[in-house]
Amino acid sequence: MNLAVTIPYWGQSLLRVLGGTVAVLLPAGTIVYLFLFKMMSFMQSRLGPMEAGPYGSMQLFAEVGKWLQKEDITPARADKRVFRAAPLIVLVSTFLLVAVVPFGPDAYFTQFDAGIFYMLAVSSISTLGILMAGWSSANKYSLLGGLRAAGQLIAYELPMVLSVLGVVIQAGTMNLQTIVLKQNSDSIFGFDGLGYPYIATQFVGFLVFMIAVQAELTQTPFDMPIAESELVSGYMTEYSGFRFLIFFIAEFATAGVFALIASVLFLGGWGIPFSWFGWDSVDSIDNWMNVAGPLVMITKMMVLAGIIMWVRFSYPRFREDQLQRFAWKVLIPVSLINIMLTAIFKVAF
Amino acid sequence: MLLASDIQVAQNIGFGIIALVMVIGALRVVTSSNVVHAALWLIAVMAGAAAQYLLLSAEFVAVTQVLVYIGAVMVLFLFGVMLTRAKLGKDVDLDNAGAWKIGAPVALLLLGVMGYVLVKGFDDTKIAVSGEGSTVGQNSLLSDKIFSTYALPFWALSFVLLAAVIGAIVLARKD
Repeated sequence: MNLAVTIPYWGQSLLRVLGGTVAVLLPAGTIVYLFLFKMMSFMQSRLGPMEAGPYGSMQLFAEVGKWLQKEDITPARADKRVFRAAPLIVLVSTFLLVAVVPFGPDAYFTQFDAGIFYMLAVSSISTLGILMAGWSSANKYSLLGGLRAAGQLIAYELPMVLSVLGVVIQAGTMNLQTIVLKQNSDSIFGFDGLGYPYIATQFVGFLVFMIAVQAELTQTPFDMPIAESELVSGYMTEYSGFRFLIFFIAEFATAGVFALIASVLFLGGWGIPFSWFGWDSVDSIDNWMNVAGPLVMITKMMVLAGIIMWVRFSYPRFREDQLQRFAWKVLIPVSLINIMLTAIFKVAF
Repeated sequence: MLLASDIQVAQNIGFGIIALVMVIGALRVVTSSNVVHAALWLIAVMAGAAAQYLLLSAEFVAVTQVLVYIGAVMVLFLFGVMLTRAKLGKDVDLDNAGAWKIGAPVALLLLGVMGYVLVKGFDDTKIAVSGEGSTVGQNSLLSDKIFSTYALPFWALSFVLLAAVIGAIVLARKD
């Protein structure tokens, strides 16, 4: 796309880093305020934070200020360097995830053929951070929490990978940008007013993906690793101050990024059906889509993140054996059947 | 012939830095006196290898390296170590005094073999990274190769892995 000014490479890189930071922190903040503070309060018949700013909208800044001025405690027997590095590794995994999410025809950080594969690989790095946190705290509750988390994340990574495969087969590519373009330019039985969001044919895949995301984020009903009534707070027990804050941000930022990825894979991403404006290829898309695209994405993300949080507030916790059995005996077979059916239909039509 | 304009300075500096981190990491894996620290250093080495693949614009291999080695193998490794003997602090049992007498020659031999194969295999072939006729970073070519030319080795490998999985179950079951 031709811009009026040419931005040098270092400038582009700087803009990308800034954009990435915004794309990680903004959804995290919005999710925490809108859902964790307000929706949860509403569901429990209370008002939630009301003092800081109108309707408590400045509460987040108060919270962040509180965490930042708390003492940063490292337990005396802990493995200090590993203990301090663990939250950062979890957060880095989130920042790496957002790099492949496309926000518009030209508004992306990077795109390459192995996009989905990259996303699945990078999301597994956070498991390392959690294991490191659990082990280095020198605390039995933390270690148990870390081990439970690792067991759960490994178990639910498989259905996640397998449920995405259906979309990959249908789109014929792993490039996230191409998947968005396909969904918005294809038609359902000749009717192109809606595009062809893959949720229409991959609904089972979508369900499995969202359940796996819920488990990967260790949100209730999958919060066995941080079960507060048995493990204090699992691998986060010994963390305080800004290191706890980093874990907290990473949790909700990852929820936002996974919601973004789910919207790209199943709901058509940043696009609106191209037939509305008579676009037929990526070059004919108007420039304003680079502004409208991110807004469309954020809308879809808020809906999906809302569902994640809604489930979190509504259901009680799974028992450890139920949790493992559900992954291995229900989700994985279902997603394998889904792959098989998708492949058969792909070859048949 | 190698021209001065062919040498990519930024990439070479990047290669050097990553290689240095990998060498230090590899040395710390064998000298560390804590088994979890050794595993974490090994992760640094593997991440370095993934970064080197990226520098070669082999994204697919780089991502596979992260997914398989960092995301799966090392996580399971740490999981196992932490479940069984995760001591904090120093562990004297880890020092294996005479091991370098075998280790060093094996490492040198591997270096020689791999260096020879690389030089012999590619000679001074140039691969077009971008522009006309470049096939770098296209996954479809890779999958075409795996499922046509190399289909038999691929099946053989899957069979070996399946046998390993069944073997693990047989060994782990007590009844």
